[in-house]
Amino acid sequence: MAEFFASNFGIFLIMVGQALLVTVFLLVSAMFLVYGDRKIWGAVQMRRGPNVVGPWGLLQLMADFLKYLVKEVIIPAGVDKPVYLLAPLLALVLPMAMWAVVPFDETWILSDLNVAVLYIFAIGSLEVYGVIMGGWASNSKYAFLGALRSAAQMISYEVSIGFIIVGLIISTGSLSLVDIVKAQEGSYGFLNWYWLPHFPMVFLFFISALAETNRPPFDLPEAESELVAGYQVEYSSTPFLLYMIGEYFAIWMMCALTVLFFFGGWLSPIPGLPDGAIWMVLKMAFFFFMFSMVKAIVPRYRYDQLMRIGWKVFLPLSLAWVVIVAALSFYDGADQNLGGFYARWTVEAEG
Amino acid sequence: MTITLFAFYVFATLAVGAGLLVVVARNPVHSVLWLILTFFSVAGLFVLMGAEYIAMLLAIVYVGAVAVLFLFVVMMLDVDFSELRGSIANYFPMGALIGVILLMELGLVYGHWNFSEAAQALRQSPTPDLVQAHNTLALGQVIYTDYIYLFQTSGLILLVAMIGAIVLTMRHRPDIKRQSVIAQMHRDPAKTMELKDIKPGQGL
Repeated sequence: MAEFFASNFGIFLIMVGQALLVTVFLLVSAMFLVYGDRKIWGAVQMRRGPNVVGPWGLLQLMADFLKYLVKEVIIPAGVDKPVYLLAPLLALVLPMAMWAVVPFDETWILSDLNVAVLYIFAIGSLEVYGVIMGGWASNSKYAFLGALRSAAQMISYEVSIGFIIVGLIISTGSLSLVDIVKAQEGSYGFLNWYWLPHFPMVFLFFISALAETNRPPFDLPEAESELVAGYQVEYSSTPFLLYMIGEYFAIWMMCALTVLFFFGGWLSPIPGLPDGAIWMVLKMAFFFFMFSMVKAIVPRYRYDQLMRIGWKVFLPLSLAWVVIVAALSFYDGADQNLGGFYARWTVEAEG
Repeated sequence: MTITLFAFYVFATLAVGAGLLVVVARNPVHSVLWLILTFFSVAGLFVLMGAEYIAMLLAIVYVGAVAVLFLFVVMMLDVDFSELRGSIANYFPMGALIGVILLMELGLVYGHWNFSEAAQALRQSPTPDLVQAHNTLALGQVIYTDYIYLFQTSGLILLVAMIGAIVLTMRHRPDIKRQSVIAQMHRDPAKTMELKDIKPGQGL
Protein backbone atom coordinates (compact mmCIF):
# COMPACT_ATOMS: atom_id res chain seq x y z
CA MET A 1 0.00 0.00 0.00
CA ALA A 2 2.79 2.40 0.90
CA GLU A 3 4.48 1.85 -2.47
CA PHE A 4 1.22 2.48 -4.27
CA PHE A 5 0.83 5.90 -2.70
CA ALA A 6 4.42 6.76 -3.58
CA SER A 7 3.85 5.98 -7.27
CA ASN A 8 2.76 8.68 -9.69
CA PHE A 9 -0.80 7.45 -9.87
CA GLY A 10 -1.00 7.14 -6.10
CA ILE A 11 0.21 10.70 -5.59
CA PHE A 12 -2.33 11.88 -8.14
CA LEU A 13 -5.09 10.03 -6.25
CA ILE A 14 -3.98 11.58 -2.96
CA MET A 15 -4.02 15.05 -4.50
CA VAL A 16 -7.50 14.58 -5.94
CA GLY A 17 -8.67 13.17 -2.61
CA GLN A 18 -7.33 16.14 -0.67
CA ALA A 19 -8.87 18.61 -3.10
CA LEU A 20 -12.21 16.79 -2.80
CA LEU A 21 -11.96 16.91 0.99
CA VAL A 22 -11.53 20.69 0.98
CA THR A 23 -14.36 21.05 -1.56
CA VAL A 24 -16.71 18.98 0.57
CA PHE A 25 -15.77 21.03 3.62
CA LEU A 26 -16.51 24.19 1.62
CA LEU A 27 -19.85 22.99 0.28
CA VAL A 28 -21.06 21.79 3.67
CA SER A 29 -19.91 24.98 5.35
CA ALA A 30 -21.53 27.11 2.61
CA MET A 31 -24.83 25.39 3.36
CA PHE A 32 -24.65 26.18 7.05
CA LEU A 33 -23.27 29.65 6.43
CA VAL A 34 -26.37 30.63 4.48
CA TYR A 35 -28.49 29.07 7.21
CA GLY A 36 -26.52 30.85 9.93
CA ASP A 37 -26.71 34.12 8.06
CA ARG A 38 -30.48 33.94 7.80
CA LYS A 39 -30.88 32.75 11.39
CA ILE A 40 -28.71 35.55 12.83
CA TRP A 41 -30.38 38.11 10.63
CA GLY A 42 -33.75 36.83 11.77
CA ALA A 43 -32.75 36.93 15.44
CA VAL A 44 -31.61 40.55 15.19
CA GLN A 45 -34.92 41.52 13.60
CA MET A 46 -36.85 39.44 16.20
CA ARG A 47 -38.04 36.92 13.63
CA ARG A 48 -37.43 33.19 13.72
CA GLY A 49 -35.63 32.74 10.45
CA PRO A 50 -35.86 29.38 8.66
CA ASN A 51 -37.48 26.87 11.03
CA VAL A 52 -39.74 24.58 9.01
CA VAL A 53 -37.62 22.18 6.92
CA GLY A 54 -35.86 19.63 9.13
CA PRO A 55 -34.99 20.10 12.82
CA TRP A 56 -34.62 23.85 13.60
CA GLY A 57 -34.87 24.46 9.89
CA LEU A 58 -31.38 23.03 9.35
CA LEU A 59 -32.33 21.40 6.05
CA GLN A 60 -33.82 24.61 4.62
CA LEU A 61 -30.73 25.13 2.49
CA MET A 62 -30.92 21.56 1.12
CA ALA A 63 -34.43 22.39 -0.04
CA ASP A 64 -33.25 25.69 -1.51
CA PHE A 65 -30.36 24.09 -3.39
CA LEU A 66 -32.68 21.45 -4.80
CA LYS A 67 -35.12 24.13 -5.89
CA TYR A 68 -32.37 26.07 -7.67
CA LEU A 69 -31.24 22.92 -9.45
CA VAL A 70 -34.61 21.70 -10.73
CA LYS A 71 -35.90 25.09 -11.85
CA GLU A 72 -35.74 25.94 -15.52
CA VAL A 73 -32.71 27.91 -16.64
CA ILE A 74 -34.09 31.01 -18.33
CA ILE A 75 -31.71 32.62 -20.78
CA PRO A 76 -33.08 35.98 -21.88
CA ALA A 77 -33.10 36.85 -25.57
CA GLY A 78 -30.24 39.13 -26.62
CA VAL A 79 -27.69 37.90 -24.10
CA ASP A 80 -24.19 36.99 -25.15
CA LYS A 81 -24.67 33.31 -24.41
CA PRO A 82 -21.11 32.00 -23.93
CA VAL A 83 -20.08 34.92 -21.73
CA TYR A 84 -23.41 34.86 -19.93
CA LEU A 85 -22.93 31.22 -18.93
CA LEU A 86 -19.20 31.52 -18.26
CA ALA A 87 -19.59 34.40 -15.78
CA PRO A 88 -21.31 32.46 -12.95
CA LEU A 89 -18.84 29.60 -13.43
CA LEU A 90 -15.96 32.03 -12.91
CA ALA A 91 -17.73 33.48 -9.89
CA LEU A 92 -17.80 30.01 -8.34
CA VAL A 93 -14.48 28.55 -9.46
CA LEU A 94 -12.23 31.48 -8.52
CA PRO A 95 -13.17 31.73 -4.82
CA MET A 96 -12.82 27.94 -4.68
CA ALA A 97 -9.34 28.05 -6.25
CA MET A 98 -8.19 30.38 -3.49
CA TRP A 99 -8.68 27.65 -0.90
CA ALA A 100 -5.79 25.69 -2.38
CA VAL A 101 -3.31 27.69 -0.30
CA VAL A 102 -5.26 28.08 2.93
CA PRO A 103 -3.64 26.18 5.81
CA PHE A 104 -6.11 24.68 8.29
CA ASP A 105 -3.26 23.35 10.39
CA GLU A 106 0.49 23.43 10.07
CA THR A 107 0.45 20.54 7.58
CA TRP A 108 -3.23 20.54 6.57
CA ILE A 109 -2.80 22.51 3.38
CA LEU A 110 -3.21 21.58 -0.26
CA SER A 111 -0.19 23.51 -1.45
CA ASP A 112 2.20 25.52 0.71
CA LEU A 113 3.22 28.06 -1.94
CA ASN A 114 6.02 30.44 -1.07
CA VAL A 115 4.01 33.19 -2.78
CA ALA A 116 0.67 32.20 -1.24
CA VAL A 117 -0.31 35.76 -0.35
CA LEU A 118 0.31 36.91 -3.92
CA TYR A 119 -1.62 33.91 -5.24
CA ILE A 120 -4.63 34.86 -3.15
CA PHE A 121 -4.28 38.42 -4.32
CA ALA A 122 -4.03 37.37 -7.97
CA ILE A 123 -7.08 35.11 -7.84
CA GLY A 124 -8.92 37.73 -5.81
CA SER A 125 -8.29 40.33 -8.49
CA LEU A 126 -9.74 37.94 -11.08
CA GLU A 127 -13.00 37.63 -9.16
CA VAL A 128 -14.14 40.95 -10.53
CA TYR A 129 -14.50 39.35 -13.99
CA GLY A 130 -17.37 37.13 -12.82
CA VAL A 131 -19.22 40.33 -11.98
CA ILE A 132 -18.31 42.41 -15.05
CA MET A 133 -18.91 39.59 -17.51
CA GLY A 134 -22.25 38.74 -15.93
CA GLY A 135 -23.38 42.34 -15.98
CA TRP A 136 -22.27 43.00 -19.53
CA ALA A 137 -23.46 39.75 -21.08
CA SER A 138 -26.94 40.11 -19.59
CA ASN A 139 -27.62 42.93 -22.06
CA SER A 140 -29.63 44.81 -19.47
CA LYS A 141 -29.08 48.32 -18.19
CA TYR A 142 -29.68 47.47 -14.55
CA ALA A 143 -27.31 44.53 -14.60
CA PHE A 144 -24.68 46.61 -16.37
CA LEU A 145 -24.93 49.47 -13.89
CA GLY A 146 -24.71 47.04 -11.02
CA ALA A 147 -21.65 45.39 -12.55
CA LEU A 148 -19.86 48.71 -13.05
CA ARG A 149 -20.51 49.77 -9.49
CA SER A 150 -19.43 46.45 -8.15
CA ALA A 151 -16.24 46.33 -10.22
CA ALA A 152 -15.19 49.83 -9.17
CA GLN A 153 -15.85 48.95 -5.56
CA MET A 154 -13.93 45.66 -5.63
CA ILE A 155 -10.92 47.25 -7.33
CA SER A 156 -10.83 50.17 -4.87
CA TYR A 157 -10.80 48.03 -1.79
CA GLU A 158 -8.29 45.55 -3.20
CA VAL A 159 -5.72 48.36 -3.07
CA SER A 160 -6.11 49.00 0.64
CA ILE A 161 -6.22 45.27 1.41
CA GLY A 162 -2.95 44.97 -0.50
CA PHE A 163 -1.25 47.63 1.60
CA ILE A 164 -2.52 46.12 4.85
CA ILE A 165 -1.02 42.78 3.80
CA VAL A 166 2.28 44.46 2.90
CA GLY A 167 2.63 45.52 6.54
CA LEU A 168 2.16 41.93 7.69
CA ILE A 169 4.66 40.68 5.12
CA ILE A 170 7.25 43.18 6.37
CA SER A 171 6.74 41.89 9.90
CA THR A 172 6.93 38.25 8.84
CA GLY A 173 9.55 38.39 6.11
CA SER A 174 7.74 35.77 4.06
CA LEU A 175 4.84 35.51 1.63
CA SER A 176 3.81 32.07 2.80
CA LEU A 177 0.61 31.82 4.85
CA VAL A 178 2.11 29.06 7.01
CA ASP A 179 5.04 31.33 7.87
CA ILE A 180 2.71 34.22 8.66
CA VAL A 181 0.85 32.07 11.18
CA LYS A 182 4.05 30.57 12.59
CA ALA A 183 5.40 34.08 13.17
CA GLN A 184 2.45 34.68 15.49
CA GLU A 185 3.33 31.73 17.71
CA GLY A 186 4.59 32.58 21.18
CA SER A 187 4.25 31.92 24.87
CA TYR A 188 1.54 34.53 25.49
CA GLY A 189 -1.25 32.88 23.49
CA PHE A 190 -3.52 35.38 21.80
CA LEU A 191 -1.35 38.33 22.85
CA ASN A 192 1.28 37.14 20.38
CA TRP A 193 -1.00 37.39 17.39
CA TYR A 194 -0.70 40.14 14.81
CA TRP A 195 -3.90 41.93 15.88
CA LEU A 196 -1.93 43.60 18.65
CA PRO A 197 1.11 44.95 16.76
CA HIS A 198 -1.05 45.74 13.71
CA PHE A 199 -4.00 46.89 15.75
CA PRO A 200 -5.61 49.62 13.61
CA MET A 201 -5.29 47.49 10.49
CA VAL A 202 -7.58 44.79 11.89
CA PHE A 203 -10.53 47.12 11.54
CA LEU A 204 -9.45 48.40 8.15
CA PHE A 205 -9.04 44.84 6.92
CA PHE A 206 -12.42 43.77 8.24
CA ILE A 207 -14.20 46.74 6.66
CA SER A 208 -12.31 46.30 3.37
CA ALA A 209 -13.26 42.62 3.43
CA LEU A 210 -16.92 43.61 3.73
CA ALA A 211 -16.56 45.93 0.74
CA GLU A 212 -14.52 43.44 -1.26
CA THR A 213 -17.16 40.72 -0.92
CA ASN A 214 -20.01 43.16 -1.60
CA ARG A 215 -21.56 42.53 1.79
CA PRO A 216 -23.77 45.06 3.52
CA PRO A 217 -23.25 47.91 4.36
CA PHE A 218 -21.41 48.01 1.04
CA ASP A 219 -23.83 45.90 -1.02
CA LEU A 220 -24.30 48.65 -3.59
CA PRO A 221 -24.06 46.28 -6.57
CA GLU A 222 -27.32 44.71 -5.51
CA ALA A 223 -28.89 47.66 -3.75
CA GLU A 224 -32.39 46.28 -4.07
CA SER A 225 -34.09 49.63 -3.60
CA GLU A 226 -32.31 51.19 -6.60
CA LEU A 227 -30.97 48.47 -8.85
CA VAL A 228 -33.27 45.45 -8.38
CA ALA A 229 -30.45 42.94 -7.89
CA GLY A 230 -27.41 44.35 -9.65
CA TYR A 231 -25.41 42.16 -11.97
CA GLN A 232 -27.39 39.02 -11.10
CA VAL A 233 -30.75 40.37 -12.16
CA GLU A 234 -31.02 38.32 -15.36
CA TYR A 235 -29.83 35.10 -13.76
CA SER A 236 -32.10 32.36 -12.53
CA SER A 237 -31.92 28.81 -11.19
CA THR A 238 -28.50 27.10 -11.38
CA PRO A 239 -26.42 30.04 -12.70
CA PHE A 240 -27.84 32.17 -9.90
CA LEU A 241 -27.02 29.40 -7.44
CA LEU A 242 -23.40 29.46 -8.64
CA TYR A 243 -23.22 33.21 -8.03
CA MET A 244 -24.68 32.81 -4.57
CA ILE A 245 -22.39 29.98 -3.48
CA GLY A 246 -19.41 31.82 -4.97
CA GLU A 247 -20.28 34.84 -2.88
CA TYR A 248 -20.44 32.78 0.29
CA PHE A 249 -17.14 31.06 -0.56
CA ALA A 250 -15.54 34.48 -0.95
CA ILE A 251 -16.96 35.62 2.39
CA TRP A 252 -15.76 32.44 4.10
CA MET A 253 -12.39 33.02 2.47
CA MET A 254 -12.23 36.54 3.89
CA CYS A 255 -13.03 35.11 7.35
CA ALA A 256 -10.17 32.63 6.90
CA LEU A 257 -7.80 35.40 5.80
CA THR A 258 -8.71 37.58 8.79
CA VAL A 259 -7.95 34.64 11.06
CA LEU A 260 -4.69 33.75 9.32
CA PHE A 261 -3.39 37.30 9.11
CA PHE A 262 -4.41 38.74 12.46
CA PHE A 263 -5.72 36.02 14.74
CA GLY A 264 -3.15 33.27 14.63
CA GLY A 265 -4.75 30.68 12.32
CA TRP A 266 -4.69 27.29 13.99
CA LEU A 267 -2.88 28.52 17.13
CA SER A 268 -4.77 28.22 20.39
CA PRO A 269 -5.58 31.48 22.16
CA ILE A 270 -4.68 30.15 25.63
CA PRO A 271 -1.05 29.03 26.08
CA GLY A 272 -1.77 25.64 27.71
CA LEU A 273 -4.27 24.29 25.17
CA PRO A 274 -3.16 22.32 22.08
CA ASP A 275 -3.23 24.03 18.68
CA GLY A 276 -5.34 22.56 15.91
CA ALA A 277 -7.62 23.01 12.94
CA ILE A 278 -10.60 23.26 15.29
CA TRP A 279 -9.37 26.68 16.46
CA MET A 280 -9.10 27.82 12.87
CA VAL A 281 -12.68 26.84 12.09
CA LEU A 282 -14.00 28.28 15.35
CA LYS A 283 -12.32 31.63 14.72
CA MET A 284 -13.59 31.67 11.13
CA ALA A 285 -17.11 31.00 12.40
CA PHE A 286 -16.74 33.87 14.86
CA PHE A 287 -15.77 36.26 12.09
CA PHE A 288 -18.62 35.05 9.96
CA PHE A 289 -20.89 35.90 12.89
CA MET A 290 -19.42 39.41 12.82
CA PHE A 291 -20.09 39.62 9.06
CA SER A 292 -23.72 38.65 9.68
CA MET A 293 -24.18 41.07 12.52
CA VAL A 294 -22.85 43.92 10.41
CA LYS A 295 -25.30 42.96 7.69
CA ALA A 296 -28.17 43.01 10.17
CA ILE A 297 -27.27 46.20 12.01
CA VAL A 298 -25.63 48.75 9.69
CA PRO A 299 -27.50 50.78 7.06
CA ARG A 300 -26.22 50.90 3.49
CA TYR A 301 -23.56 53.40 2.44
CA ARG A 302 -24.07 55.89 -0.33
CA TYR A 303 -21.93 55.24 -3.39
CA ASP A 304 -19.81 58.40 -3.15
CA GLN A 305 -19.27 57.79 0.57
CA LEU A 306 -18.07 54.30 -0.23
CA MET A 307 -15.59 55.54 -2.80
CA ARG A 308 -14.42 58.34 -0.52
CA ILE A 309 -13.76 56.05 2.42
CA GLY A 310 -11.88 53.64 0.16
CA TRP A 311 -9.60 56.09 -1.62
CA LYS A 312 -9.33 59.03 0.76
CA VAL A 313 -9.39 57.34 4.15
CA PHE A 314 -8.32 53.71 3.92
CA LEU A 315 -5.65 54.10 1.26
CA PRO A 316 -3.65 56.89 3.00
CA LEU A 317 -4.06 55.20 6.39
CA SER A 318 -2.84 51.83 5.19
CA LEU A 319 -0.03 53.44 3.20
CA ALA A 320 1.09 55.36 6.30
CA TRP A 321 0.90 52.14 8.28
CA VAL A 322 3.24 50.41 5.83
CA VAL A 323 5.82 53.16 6.42
CA ILE A 324 5.35 53.02 10.20
CA VAL A 325 5.64 49.23 10.30
CA ALA A 326 8.72 49.33 8.09
CA ALA A 327 10.36 51.82 10.45
CA LEU A 328 9.38 49.87 13.57
CA SER A 329 10.52 46.57 12.08
CA PHE A 330 13.81 48.12 11.04
CA TYR A 331 14.35 49.50 14.55
CA ASP A 332 13.29 46.20 16.09
CA GLY A 333 15.50 44.44 13.57
CA ALA A 334 18.09 41.83 14.30
CA ASP A 335 18.86 43.32 17.74
CA GLN A 336 15.25 42.80 18.85
CA ASN A 337 15.06 46.33 20.30
CA LEU A 338 11.32 45.95 20.70
CA GLY A 339 11.57 42.33 21.83
CA GLY A 340 10.72 40.98 18.38
CA PHE A 341 7.26 42.53 18.57
CA TYR A 342 7.39 43.83 14.99
CA ALA A 343 10.32 42.02 13.39
CA ARG A 344 9.47 38.33 13.34
CA TRP A 345 11.53 37.22 10.40
CA THR A 346 11.58 33.50 9.97
CA VAL A 347 13.68 33.71 6.83
CA GLU A 348 17.20 34.90 7.52
CA ALA A 349 17.81 37.88 5.22
CA GLU A 350 21.39 38.59 4.38
CA GLY A 351 23.14 41.73 3.13
CA MET B 1 5.44 12.89 -21.69
CA THR B 2 5.93 14.34 -18.24
CA ILE B 3 3.27 16.42 -16.54
CA THR B 4 5.41 19.56 -16.86
CA LEU B 5 5.74 19.08 -20.60
CA PHE B 6 2.02 18.42 -20.92
CA ALA B 7 1.27 21.56 -18.90
CA PHE B 8 3.68 23.53 -21.09
CA TYR B 9 1.91 22.47 -24.27
CA VAL B 10 -1.50 23.25 -22.78
CA PHE B 11 -0.47 26.75 -21.66
CA ALA B 12 1.50 27.48 -24.83
CA THR B 13 -1.35 26.41 -27.12
CA LEU B 14 -3.81 28.41 -25.05
CA ALA B 15 -1.59 31.49 -25.12
CA VAL B 16 -1.05 31.40 -28.87
CA GLY B 17 -4.64 30.44 -29.69
CA ALA B 18 -6.14 33.07 -27.41
CA GLY B 19 -3.66 35.64 -28.72
CA LEU B 20 -4.84 34.92 -32.24
CA LEU B 21 -8.47 35.20 -31.18
CA VAL B 22 -7.77 38.64 -29.64
CA VAL B 23 -7.14 39.88 -33.17
CA VAL B 24 -9.76 37.80 -34.94
CA ALA B 25 -12.71 38.17 -32.55
CA ARG B 26 -15.48 40.37 -33.97
CA ASN B 27 -16.71 41.70 -30.67
CA PRO B 28 -14.14 43.96 -28.91
CA VAL B 29 -15.28 42.80 -25.48
CA HIS B 30 -14.59 39.22 -26.53
CA SER B 31 -11.15 40.39 -27.69
CA VAL B 32 -10.37 41.70 -24.22
CA LEU B 33 -11.62 38.48 -22.64
CA TRP B 34 -9.32 36.48 -24.93
CA LEU B 35 -6.51 38.84 -24.00
CA ILE B 36 -7.12 37.99 -20.36
CA LEU B 37 -6.86 34.28 -21.18
CA THR B 38 -3.58 34.98 -22.97
CA PHE B 39 -2.15 36.79 -19.94
CA PHE B 40 -3.29 33.98 -17.74
CA SER B 41 -1.69 31.27 -19.87
CA VAL B 42 1.55 33.23 -19.97
CA ALA B 43 1.44 33.41 -16.17
CA GLY B 44 1.14 29.63 -16.23
CA LEU B 45 4.22 29.42 -18.45
CA PHE B 46 6.14 31.58 -15.98
CA VAL B 47 5.18 29.20 -13.17
CA LEU B 48 6.55 26.30 -15.23
CA MET B 49 9.83 28.20 -15.63
CA GLY B 50 10.07 28.48 -11.84
CA ALA B 51 9.42 32.23 -11.85
CA GLU B 52 6.35 32.10 -9.62
CA TYR B 53 6.79 35.66 -8.37
CA ILE B 54 6.69 37.12 -11.89
CA ALA B 55 3.72 34.90 -12.71
CA MET B 56 1.71 36.22 -9.77
CA LEU B 57 2.66 39.81 -10.58
CA LEU B 58 1.56 39.29 -14.18
CA ALA B 59 -1.79 38.02 -12.97
CA ILE B 60 -2.23 40.84 -10.45
CA VAL B 61 -1.06 43.75 -12.58
CA TYR B 62 -2.12 42.80 -16.10
CA VAL B 63 -5.16 40.62 -15.50
CA GLY B 64 -6.35 42.30 -12.33
CA ALA B 65 -5.77 45.93 -13.21
CA VAL B 66 -4.82 46.67 -16.83
CA ALA B 67 -7.32 44.31 -18.44
CA VAL B 68 -10.13 45.59 -16.21
CA LEU B 69 -9.31 49.08 -17.44
CA PHE B 70 -9.39 47.88 -21.07
CA LEU B 71 -12.66 46.12 -20.47
CA PHE B 72 -14.21 49.24 -18.95
CA VAL B 73 -13.10 51.39 -21.87
CA VAL B 74 -14.23 48.92 -24.51
CA MET B 75 -17.60 48.36 -22.86
CA MET B 76 -18.20 52.09 -22.63
CA LEU B 77 -17.17 52.87 -26.19
CA ASP B 78 -20.06 53.39 -28.52
CA VAL B 79 -18.32 52.57 -31.78
CA ASP B 80 -19.77 50.52 -34.56
CA PHE B 81 -16.97 48.04 -34.98
CA SER B 82 -18.52 46.19 -37.90
CA GLU B 83 -18.37 49.44 -39.88
CA LEU B 84 -14.71 49.89 -39.00
CA ARG B 85 -14.01 46.35 -40.10
CA GLY B 86 -15.55 46.99 -43.48
CA SER B 87 -12.78 49.39 -44.42
CA ILE B 88 -10.02 46.96 -43.45
CA ALA B 89 -9.08 46.49 -47.12
CA ASN B 90 -8.08 50.18 -47.33
CA TYR B 91 -5.64 49.90 -44.46
CA PHE B 92 -4.27 46.46 -45.20
CA PRO B 93 -1.47 47.42 -47.68
CA MET B 94 -0.11 50.11 -45.37
CA GLY B 95 -0.23 47.78 -42.35
CA ALA B 96 1.46 45.00 -44.28
CA LEU B 97 4.19 47.39 -45.44
CA ILE B 98 4.92 48.51 -41.86
CA GLY B 99 4.95 44.90 -40.73
CA VAL B 100 7.42 43.87 -43.42
CA ILE B 101 9.71 46.84 -42.64
CA LEU B 102 9.70 45.99 -38.93
CA LEU B 103 10.46 42.34 -39.70
CA MET B 104 13.38 43.34 -41.94
CA GLU B 105 14.75 45.67 -39.27
CA LEU B 106 14.55 42.92 -36.68
CA GLY B 107 16.37 40.60 -39.08
CA LEU B 108 19.12 43.19 -39.64
CA VAL B 109 19.58 43.75 -35.92
CA TYR B 110 19.60 40.06 -35.15
CA GLY B 111 22.14 39.35 -37.91
CA HIS B 112 24.66 41.76 -36.40
CA TRP B 113 24.07 40.95 -32.75
CA ASN B 114 27.22 40.31 -30.75
CA PHE B 115 27.28 39.18 -27.18
CA SER B 116 30.10 40.57 -25.09
CA GLU B 117 32.27 37.91 -23.50
CA ALA B 118 31.47 39.24 -20.05
CA ALA B 119 27.71 39.66 -20.63
CA GLN B 120 26.67 36.28 -19.33
CA ALA B 121 28.77 36.62 -16.17
CA LEU B 122 27.51 40.17 -15.55
CA ARG B 123 23.90 39.10 -15.96
CA GLN B 124 24.19 36.34 -13.40
CA SER B 125 26.34 38.14 -10.85
CA PRO B 126 23.68 39.56 -8.51
CA THR B 127 21.54 36.41 -8.50
CA PRO B 128 22.16 34.05 -5.62
CA ASP B 129 21.95 30.32 -6.17
CA LEU B 130 18.43 28.89 -6.06
CA VAL B 131 19.54 26.62 -3.23
CA GLN B 132 20.28 29.61 -1.01
CA ALA B 133 17.17 31.66 -1.71
CA HIS B 134 13.93 31.19 -3.62
CA ASN B 135 13.35 33.67 -6.38
CA THR B 136 11.08 36.07 -4.47
CA LEU B 137 13.83 36.59 -1.91
CA ALA B 138 16.47 36.83 -4.63
CA LEU B 139 14.46 39.45 -6.53
CA GLY B 140 13.91 41.38 -3.33
CA GLN B 141 17.62 41.48 -2.66
CA VAL B 142 18.47 42.57 -6.18
CA ILE B 143 15.82 45.29 -6.33
CA TYR B 144 15.76 46.61 -2.78
CA THR B 145 19.31 46.02 -1.61
CA ASP B 146 21.76 45.88 -4.50
CA TYR B 147 20.10 48.30 -6.92
CA ILE B 148 17.94 50.38 -4.61
CA TYR B 149 18.95 53.72 -6.15
CA LEU B 150 18.15 52.63 -9.70
CA PHE B 151 14.84 51.24 -8.50
CA GLN B 152 13.96 54.42 -6.63
CA THR B 153 14.90 56.51 -9.65
CA SER B 154 12.64 54.55 -11.96
CA GLY B 155 9.87 54.92 -9.39
CA LEU B 156 10.44 58.68 -9.34
CA ILE B 157 10.25 58.85 -13.13
CA LEU B 158 6.88 57.11 -13.05
CA LEU B 159 5.72 59.47 -10.32
CA VAL B 160 6.75 62.49 -12.39
CA ALA B 161 4.87 61.07 -15.39
CA MET B 162 1.79 60.58 -13.24
CA ILE B 163 1.95 64.09 -11.78
CA GLY B 164 2.44 65.47 -15.28
CA ALA B 165 -0.66 63.69 -16.55
CA ILE B 166 -2.71 64.95 -13.63
CA VAL B 167 -1.46 68.54 -13.99
CA LEU B 168 -2.18 68.53 -17.73
CA THR B 169 -5.73 67.26 -17.36
CA MET B 170 -6.90 68.82 -14.12
CA ARG B 171 -9.08 71.87 -14.46
CA HIS B 172 -10.21 73.50 -11.30
CA ARG B 173 -13.61 75.03 -11.88
CA PRO B 174 -14.54 77.49 -9.16
CA ASP B 175 -18.12 77.85 -10.40
CA ILE B 176 -19.25 74.36 -9.42
CA LYS B 177 -20.80 73.64 -6.09
CA ARG B 178 -18.79 71.01 -4.23
CA GLN B 179 -19.46 68.88 -1.21
CA SER B 180 -17.40 69.46 1.87
CA VAL B 181 -17.45 66.17 3.69
CA ILE B 182 -16.04 67.61 6.90
CA ALA B 183 -18.73 70.28 6.97
CA GLN B 184 -21.37 67.63 6.31
CA MET B 185 -20.14 65.47 9.14
CA HIS B 186 -20.13 68.36 11.59
CA ARG B 187 -23.66 69.43 10.92
CA ASP B 188 -25.72 69.65 14.04
CA PRO B 189 -29.40 68.68 13.83
CA ALA B 190 -30.31 71.31 16.39
CA LYS B 191 -28.93 74.09 14.20
CA THR B 192 -30.07 72.90 10.80
CA MET B 193 -33.56 71.69 11.60
CA GLU B 194 -36.44 73.48 13.09
CA LEU B 195 -39.51 71.64 14.32
CA LYS B 196 -42.72 73.58 14.17
CA ASP B 197 -45.94 72.69 15.79
CA ILE B 198 -48.68 73.57 13.34
CA LYS B 199 -52.25 73.73 14.46
CA PRO B 200 -54.76 71.93 12.23
CA GLY B 201 -56.49 74.21 9.82
CA GLN B 202 -53.75 76.86 9.89
CA GLY B 203 -50.86 77.32 7.58
CA LEU B 204 -47.44 78.52 8.47
